[in-house]
Amino acid sequence: MGSVGHVTPQSMHFAQALPLQSGARLSDYTLAFETYGALNAQRSNAVLVCHALNASHHVAGTYAGQERDVGWWDNLVGPGKPLDTDRFFVIGVNNLGSCFGSTGPMDVNPASGQPYGAAFPVVTVEDWVDAQARLMDALGIEQLAAVIGGSLGGMQALAWTLRQPRRVRHCIAVASAPNLSAQNIAFNEVARRAIITDPEFHGGDYYAHGVVPKRGLRVARMLGHITYLSDDVMDARFGRGMRNDERVYSTQDVEFQIEGYLRHQGDKFSEYFDANTYLLITRALDYFDPAREHGGDLTRAFAPASARFLVVSFSTDWRFSPLRSREIVKALVDNGLDVSYAEIDAPHGHDAFLLDDARYHGVLRAYFERVAREVNPSGEPGAHSRVVGSARAPVLRSS
Amino acid sequence: MSERSDLEIIARLVPPGSRVLDLGCGDGALLALLRDQRNCSGYGVEIDDTKLLACIKRGVNVLQRNLDEGLSLFDDASFDVVLQLDTLQNLRNTEAMLRETARVGRIGVVSFPNFAHWPNRLSVLRGRMPVTKVLPYQWYDTPNIRVGTFADFEVLAHKVGLRIDEAFGLHEGKVVRRWPNLLASTAVFRFERS
Repeated sequence: MGSVGHVTPQSMHFAQALPLQSGARLSDYTLAFETYGALNAQRSNAVLVCHALNASHHVAGTYAGQERDVGWWDNLVGPGKPLDTDRFFVIGVNNLGSCFGSTGPMDVNPASGQPYGAAFPVVTVEDWVDAQARLMDALGIEQLAAVIGGSLGGMQALAWTLRQPRRVRHCIAVASAPNLSAQNIAFNEVARRAIITDPEFHGGDYYAHGVVPKRGLRVARMLGHITYLSDDVMDARFGRGMRNDERVYSTQDVEFQIEGYLRHQGDKFSEYFDANTYLLITRALDYFDPAREHGGDLTRAFAPASARFLVVSFSTDWRFSPLRSREIVKALVDNGLDVSYAEIDAPHGHDAFLLDDARYHGVLRAYFERVAREVNPSGEPGAHSRVVGSARAPVLRSS
Repeated sequence: MSERSDLEIIARLVPPGSRVLDLGCGDGALLALLRDQRNCSGYGVEIDDTKLLACIKRGVNVLQRNLDEGLSLFDDASFDVVLQLDTLQNLRNTEAMLRETARVGRIGVVSFPNFAHWPNRLSVLRGRMPVTKVLPYQWYDTPNIRVGTFADFEVLAHKVGLRIDEAFGLHEGKVVRRWPNLLASTAVFRFERS
């Protein structure tokens, strides 16, 4: 198993306005993306990887000169890995509203000449799918072999099967949910309030003031981190471990190791993540609810779907628990759709979807092997495979 | 129930083109056989990680669930056939499971080790619990928490309101229709709601 090596992010500009679920529209926009592997001659082996809250289009490999900047799902995507780039053409796309290259609140609003800031329109999971579909059009991909995502990425994968049923052969939704529970929304709201009430937030237009609401971002990230880990893992990693041998009897200094860890995570995050993006993406999570327009009936919501599904959950994930994945499975079964469901007994909580647990990756590997047999009937993408027009999607493999 | 001949005998009980639910589907061999030879579709339910993986490799739909938690994933009468092969004896609540089977499927097919097979009787007569090819476990480490006989099942089926339309024994890959309670190591029943 290898790495895809050095990769180069690409971007594509779309001049045609994108109508949004809210009724607003983005007059024009850019999507940042990366691709790995080669598109076969039949253009049938493309796999779209959708990212979750704080990730990006940088799914696998590293950037030249930045060897530590490893893609967020590098343990899954690469030559010989479960999502094998020797067999699949893998695409990572940064979502609209993000802060890693696709059009987002830090970019200039053509209407005002100023950064969008708080004026960036609210985007939804469905809007992202619409934008991703246009990128697939531009790449000449009529049908995806698969769309895969974890958490919020899983929601996008599910939404693809509803908005573009004929363009998805397989949908792989990991550690996902058919919508957020009140508790999930509550966590998001606390995080948003931490950001919005930071005096340096300035109603979302902090760019003009040359400041960043870092305090709010830190608290938001600390809160998020707690929900990504299981109680057991946190106990095993930190327990009641102290920073110093002796108590310092302070209410404000770091006393326990878990405090130091959370503060460190918060600090790191506040250095690179945009506050408006955090608000937008948590809101997209809140709004996702395909059953809503069907009176809350998820089975009816999935009636248009025709993809084959793999749903995966993790036993200790309390943010998006197995119960939520079972709701998805039930709706798929009710519709007579092909679905397999793996409930992985892993200790790591929600974070498990990013880790390389052997059972989890074993299931993904077996599933992708089946997909590969379907879309590469001759076995290998091999000699007849070719790359999409080089200006658009070169093979991004280092020599 | 993994012997090929056994699987083929069971497969003949499933009408072609059926929508099938295989509870405790193991490595998915029967589902693959039903798909390939009888044009059936459906799902397997399996709790074991290794067997789940085998199913995914075969390309059959498999759902990882504990059957002791019931069949709440499945709506009433949503399958033509519900299979429970070599599974019933591992479940805590056999009767509830049979009722659930009848709820979600039109036809049920079950198989389980027949405790009244004559070598088992002989073993008990000698004062020891049987250890055989079909019942390969010692009494203290067996997953078979509900041992029953061919004759016992007929009584339970009646109590649960099932109409048995096919009943025979299996032994060493062959159908046993004569004195199955005595001569068959495995009992097989096909039933419908009465």
